[in-house]
Amino acid sequence: MTEIRFDRAPGDRSVLPETEEKTSAGVLVYTIGLVIAATLTSISFWVANTSLLWAPGIPLGLAVLGIAQMGVHLVFFLHITTGPDNTNNVLALAFGVLIVILVVAGSLWIMANLNNNMMPPLELMDLHMQR
Amino acid sequence: MNVLGKLSWDAIPFDQPIVMGASAVMGLAVLVVLSWVTLKGHWPYLWREWITSVDHKRIGVMYFLLALVMLLRGFSDAIMMRGQQAVAAGGAQGYLPPEHFDQIFSAHGTIMIFFVAMPLVIGLMNFVLPLQLGVRDVAFPTLNSVSFWLTASGVLLINISLVVGEFAKTGWVAYPPLSELQFSPGVGVDYYLWALQISGIGTLLTGINFVTTILKMRAPGMGYMRMPVFCWTSLAANLLIVAAFPVLTATFAMLLLDRYLGFHFFTVGGQGNPMMYVNLFWVWGHPEVYILILPVFGVFSEVIATFSGKPLFGYRSMVAATMAICVLSFLVWLHHFFTMGASADVNGFFGVMTMIIAVPTGVKIFNWLFTMWGGRIRFTVPVLWTIGFMVTFVIGGMTGVLMAVPPADFQLHNSLFLVAHFHNVIIGGTVFGAMAGYNYWFPKAFGFKLDERWGKASFWCWLVGFYIAFMPLYALGLMGMTRRMQHYDDLNWQPWLLVAAAGAVVILAGIVCQIIQLIVSIRNREQLRDASGDPWNGRTLEWSTASPPPAWNFAILPHVDGADAYWALKEGKPANQDQPARPRKYEPIEMPNNSATGFVTAFFAVVTGFALIWHIWWMVGLGLFGAFVTVLLFAFRNDEETEVQAEQIARFDRTHQLELVV
Repeated sequence: MTEIRFDRAPGDRSVLPETEEKTSAGVLVYTIGLVIAATLTSISFWVANTSLLWAPGIPLGLAVLGIAQMGVHLVFFLHITTGPDNTNNVLALAFGVLIVILVVAGSLWIMANLNNNMMPPLELMDLHMQR
Repeated sequence: MNVLGKLSWDAIPFDQPIVMGASAVMGLAVLVVLSWVTLKGHWPYLWREWITSVDHKRIGVMYFLLALVMLLRGFSDAIMMRGQQAVAAGGAQGYLPPEHFDQIFSAHGTIMIFFVAMPLVIGLMNFVLPLQLGVRDVAFPTLNSVSFWLTASGVLLINISLVVGEFAKTGWVAYPPLSELQFSPGVGVDYYLWALQISGIGTLLTGINFVTTILKMRAPGMGYMRMPVFCWTSLAANLLIVAAFPVLTATFAMLLLDRYLGFHFFTVGGQGNPMMYVNLFWVWGHPEVYILILPVFGVFSEVIATFSGKPLFGYRSMVAATMAICVLSFLVWLHHFFTMGASADVNGFFGVMTMIIAVPTGVKIFNWLFTMWGGRIRFTVPVLWTIGFMVTFVIGGMTGVLMAVPPADFQLHNSLFLVAHFHNVIIGGTVFGAMAGYNYWFPKAFGFKLDERWGKASFWCWLVGFYIAFMPLYALGLMGMTRRMQHYDDLNWQPWLLVAAAGAVVILAGIVCQIIQLIVSIRNREQLRDASGDPWNGRTLEWSTASPPPAWNFAILPHVDGADAYWALKEGKPANQDQPARPRKYEPIEMPNNSATGFVTAFFAVVTGFALIWHIWWMVGLGLFGAFVTVLLFAFRNDEETEVQAEQIARFDRTHQLELVV
C-alpha cells in the first residue's frame, strides 16, 4: 500500500479520520489575514506619500509590499499550505508563477532587444528631426 | 444619433455575386434544416435532449458536429483560394478581387484554428475524459454547456460577417498597424475580435473545467500514474489553455481599446508599439499549437495501444514528454517573428529552444513505433489515420526544425514553405488525430460502428490529397512565393499551383467520402450495431460501460488497480469465474438538471457582440444585462439535481450486461 499512499486518487478514503472544520479557527485565520492585509495596504499608502525614504527606493518598496500582499492572500484567504492535501494547489501556483515569469521576462527581453536594434542611427534621427 | 449605429442597408454586399450566392446557399441550408425540424416537431426533443443538456457526452458530440460544419465553411474558403491562385498568373487577376481574397484567407485561418481545430479536440476531450476517468460528468456540467454555447456564438458572429458587413482583411493574426482603426476602418476586424473574445471566454472556462475534472474527479484508485495517456495529454492541453488564453484575451482587449476608445497600445503614433502585439499574440499562439496537438497525441496513443493489443510502450516517458512539452511550449514563441529585428542572441536562444521541443515529440513517435512492434495490429480506420499521421507529422516536424534555424527562417519567413509546414502539422496532426478519434469513439457515442470501406476511402483521399496539395507549396516557398498573394507575375509558379489545386479537389473527395460514410453507417446501423460496448477490445474504462453510455456513465463507479484498468479486469475475469458473481448493489445517483443557462447566455453574447461591432450602444446594454440576469437566475436556482432511482439503474444494467463486476 506504500505506493497508494503517495499516489492517492480523489475517490480514495483517507486513512486518517477526517478532521472536523472548526468554524472558530476559520474566523480567526480570516481575521489575522484581514489585519495583515490591511496593514500592508496602509503601509503602502504611507510609503507612496512619505518623504522620509530615499525616493528611488519607493517603487521597489511598493513592489515588495505588493508581493507580500499576494502571499498573505494566498495563505490566509486561498488556503495554500504545504500539507499533503494541497499538492495540486501548490503545483498550480508554481506553474502559474513559472509561466508569468517566462512571459514577462521574455517579453521584456525581446522588446528591449527590438528597441535597441530598431532605433535608427543617430544621423538618421537628425535627418528625421530636420524635416 | 442613429438607433442602429453604423448598420444600414449598405452593409449587405448586394453588388458581389460570389458573396451573395454563398450567403443565399447558406441561408437556404439553415432555412431547410430549421423548417424540417419544425415540421417534424423535433423542437421539444432537441431542446430537452441537446440544447439544454449538461451531459458531457452530448456536449462533446455537439462540439464535434459544430467543428465538422465549420470545416465545410473553412474548406470552401481554401478551395476558393486554390482556385484563385491556380488562374491568377501573369497579367490575369482571377475571379476574386483583392479585398474579397483578403477576407477569404483571413476567415479561412480564423475559422480553421478557432472553430474547427479547437472544437474538434475539445469535443473529443468532452466526450472521452469523464468516461476514461471512470466518473459521471465533468466538474462543472452547466459551465460546460455555457462554454459550448459561447463557442457557438463566436461561430455565429463569424458567419453573420459573411452577409452583414465584411470580415477582417488582415490575415488570421490581425497584426497592427494594419488592424488599427486608421488602416482598417471597417467592421471586419471588429467581427474578428469580438467573435474570438466571446469564444475565447468559452475556451478558458472549458480549460478550467477539465483541469478540475482531471485533478479532482478520478475513479477510486486511479492515481495519476494510472490515468490513460489521453487524460494526461488533455491535462497538459488544458493547463496550457488556462495559462495562454488570458494572454490572447488581454491582447485583443488592448487592440479593442485602441479601436474603440482611442488608446495607443499598438499604434505607431502616441508612443504605441505594434511589435508588442506580435509578441503577445505569439505568447498565446505557440502554446495554442500544443493545445491543438497534445490531445490528439493522446488519441493516437489510445488507438495504437488498443489495435496493437499491447500496453503502450513507455507510458512513463510518454507522460514525461507530455509535461515537458507543456512547459517548453512557453519558451519558443519568438520563432514566429525571427525576422522582426531581434539580435542574434535572442534569435539563437529561441531557435535552440524550438529544436529542443522537437525532442519530446520524437520520444512519442518512437514510443508509438515500439508499441506497434511485435503487436498484432488490426488495420482498422483509426489505425490508418494514425500511421498516416506518423509519416506526415514527421515530415512536418522536420521542416519545422529546419525553420527553427534563424538564418534559414529569414529565407522562408512568410513564404509558402511556412504555409506548407503548418498545414503539414495541423492537418497531419490535429485533423488526422480528430478523424482517428472520431472513427474510434463513434461506436461508444452512438452504439454502432462507422462503415469501414467509406472510412478507408476517405482516409486515402485525405492522405493523397494532402500530399498533392501541400508538397508543391514547399517547392513554391523555396522558389520565393510569399503567402496571401491574390495574383502573381511569375508564370513558373503556375504549374505547381495547378497541382496544389488538384490536391485540394482530392481532399474534397475525402470530405465527401466522410459524409457518405456517416450517411451509409446511419442507414446500415443495424448491421453495424455493437451490443458489447467494447467493439475494439479496448483497454480503458470507457469501453466497460454500455454504448451509448447511460446518462450516469457507470452504474457503480469502477475501482482501478493499475494502468489499462479495463484490460486488467478482462484479463482477471477467467480466474474469478468459479466464484459466484457478487450481486451488484445499486444506489440512487444524483444527476445535474438540464439548464438553458448556456444557450440563453450565448444568445445575449451574440446580441452584445453584434451590437458592439456595429456601435449600437443601447443593444450592448441590453445584451449585457440579459446575460447578467441569466447568470444571476442560475446562481439563485433552487433545484440543482434530480435523483435517478436505484431501480432504474438496475433495470438499465440488467438489459446491458456489460460492466464487469468490480
